[in-house]
Amino acid sequence: MSTVRVFVTLKPSLLDSAGRTVADSLGKLGFDEVQGARIGKVIELQVERVDEARIREMCDTLLANPVIEDYRIEVAP
Amino acid sequence: MKVAVIRFPGSNCDQDAFWAMEEGLGLPVDYVWHDSDSLVRFDAVYIPGGFSYGDYLRCGAMAARAHIIPEIKRLAAQGNPIIGACNGFQILCEMGLLEGALLKNLSQKFVCDRPYLRRENSTSMWTDGVPDVIQIPIAHGEGRYIASDEDMKRIEGEGRVAFRYCTASGEVTPEANPNGSVNNIAGIVNPAGNVLGMMPHPERAYHARFGGDDGLTILRALIKVRI
Repeated sequence: MSTVRVFVTLKPSLLDSAGRTVADSLGKLGFDEVQGARIGKVIELQVERVDEARIREMCDTLLANPVIEDYRIEVAP
Repeated sequence: MKVAVIRFPGSNCDQDAFWAMEEGLGLPVDYVWHDSDSLVRFDAVYIPGGFSYGDYLRCGAMAARAHIIPEIKRLAAQGNPIIGACNGFQILCEMGLLEGALLKNLSQKFVCDRPYLRRENSTSMWTDGVPDVIQIPIAHGEGRYIASDEDMKRIEGEGRVAFRYCTASGEVTPEANPNGSVNNIAGIVNPAGNVLGMMPHPERAYHARFGGDDGLTILRALIKVRI
């Protein structure tokens, strides 16, 4: 059994209103070095075997919406 | 015209949609569970609002891949009327029947209000005969409509914006935009005009006892249209 991590993030061109709120809050808490924050999702998949083409297919079919999101795949060692 | 109200786990405007059809329009209507095989008994589809599958992953993502979806696509391709309100709009976008997607409201707040809408497109079956300005309730946390620049150009160019959030007098202003949608978009139709997706809830405004019946001006399409 292997673990594959899929990172799904909002496209950089889109305003992430939740991320903006988090960045604002950090600023108010005194972390003035924070210039921005973006929030994404991590999906950990347990798979019998790692087949990257299949994982991509999963991303394209369900896990990410290409209109608003990008994804990155990481196979855990 | 028999209408199917599709039910997913987490749908919560299904009964409103049902009553809008039955009481508001006097149309035969039935609920259809998401894992049903067929819509052969039906002529039109209402995808109701709610939080299908708890909005897990993305709003509408799981519902848009449910067992009944190919049947909805079949009816859509035949030109039958399909409407999705709120979560129904999100599902139509996730299904690919409409372009774009709905993101978290710019304000980060859930909005529950009764905004004015300016009817833009007047040629689709859904918008034909709708007054210039109507008032329809909204209740959503993720209603900020966006689409790629290319899709936006096409949607605007083809006059497929059905409704825009506006002031009482019909002016489209940033202040009248409750969620940060691009170009104040509240709803769009597909190129053939038979699929309408909108964040506001026409089924919650089908009788004066709910504070207004402007929703009927849209839903009446289901009585007028001959298929």
